[in-house]
Amino acid sequence: MTEAKGSTSLVRLEGVNKHFGALHVLKDIDLDIARGEVVVAIGPSGAGKSTLCRVINRLETIDTGTITFDGKSLAVEGRALAQLRSEVGMVFQSFNLFAHKTILENVTLGPIKVRKIARAEAEKRGMELLERVGIASQAEKYPAQLSGGQQQRVAIARALAMDPKMILFDEPTSALDPEMVQEVLDVMISLARDGMTMLVVTHEMGFARRAAHRVVFMADGAVVEQNTPDEFFTNPGTDRARDFLSKILTH
Amino acid sequence: MGALVEEFPVILGAFWLTVRLTLASAVVALVLGTVLAAMKVSPFGVLRGVATAYVNTLRNTPLTLVIVFCGLGLGTVLDVSFSESLSTNYLWLSIIGLSAYTAAFVCEAIRSGINTVPVGQAEAARALGLTFTQNLRFVVLPQAFRAIIAPLGSLLIALTKNTTVAAAIGVGEASLTMKSMFEQHQDSVVAIFFGFALAFLVLTLPTGLAFGWLSRRLKVAR
Repeated sequence: MTEAKGSTSLVRLEGVNKHFGALHVLKDIDLDIARGEVVVAIGPSGAGKSTLCRVINRLETIDTGTITFDGKSLAVEGRALAQLRSEVGMVFQSFNLFAHKTILENVTLGPIKVRKIARAEAEKRGMELLERVGIASQAEKYPAQLSGGQQQRVAIARALAMDPKMILFDEPTSALDPEMVQEVLDVMISLARDGMTMLVVTHEMGFARRAAHRVVFMADGAVVEQNTPDEFFTNPGTDRARDFLSKILTH
Repeated sequence: MGALVEEFPVILGAFWLTVRLTLASAVVALVLGTVLAAMKVSPFGVLRGVATAYVNTLRNTPLTLVIVFCGLGLGTVLDVSFSESLSTNYLWLSIIGLSAYTAAFVCEAIRSGINTVPVGQAEAARALGLTFTQNLRFVVLPQAFRAIIAPLGSLLIALTKNTTVAAAIGVGEASLTMKSMFEQHQDSVVAIFFGFALAFLVLTLPTGLAFGWLSRRLKVAR
């Protein structure tokens, strides 16, 4: 697997803790993601992978620790936080397209309202992105008229339209019918090849092997081990990881 | 029947006042109700508290009390004045009362509409960098309104009928006119009553049909 491009860190989490009531979902997380790096977070459900994803653009708050993005500490609220979020794309398990807007409007809303780009220009760029993810012919349709795989590709185009410095993928293929998983993974792999910084929570080991620079294995809210995909899948360093891999790779 | 024909211009004028009262109060109530609903879902506890207190107070106070308070409390005691003309002044005071009261119900309707919008869409909007108000304006409220068109129609029908309470502070809308016609034409009370009741149906039935049609037309596909 190729080395991550660039060496400066884009996101840095230090000593991050998060509780949901009595449940300790993130335990002393330290994690650096470099520019251009593709990190896959895997682990059993309830390990805190999604929460890890969501704290980076502060859809979840943290209890203690620090998160810096692009050299700046994460803003707590207001415009500075909105600014940060506009630089971090997010793709959700359930797509979350705006149901009352057409596909093209979904992609142009952020650029027009947040980036204040002229409509015509935003639409031109939006069409290019829809072209890239293979949905340009559906631009005037509404989300409910598209298949899950198509909706998720639109969601990726929507994130790309903001020219983000990084994209977070929170189980992007978990809600899809099996035959639609690959079309979404193909788009993600091409993004990874183009040097996008990505944190991907997924159970797709094939994607991890093909596109990731690093696999972060989490269990019970902690990072148990991290390594290159090859090393991790062939020679896991901990019993917890071996146990997890034996359960998912045998069937 | 004779009385109805004879007094037709007066009746028409009275219903025209009813329509104006309804529309003016509806617009103010819609704006105020939207602001209240936005406060109720805002991240600021103080705003949520104020909106909740407002809704609980106005929703649980009889409309007659609200209108009389506006007429006597605001108009007579606090001397709030909108116009030199006494009747115009009471008209505005009754609009304040009607819209303040209706806004509480509008707020609750909008809030139930907001609940129909999947949380994930608001999250996606936040993740794009939209501010709280942009999120409400472009993502949440457009869908919320489209989900509550039929209940808003019911509120408009209720408001149309509620304007009759303005008679309590002497606003000469339809019901007050009916009452004074009863006194002048005691031989045709039943005819006058049915005439006025029918006229209210003419106002409210199309409202219900129009809002039902709109609500089917504007429904958001999920």
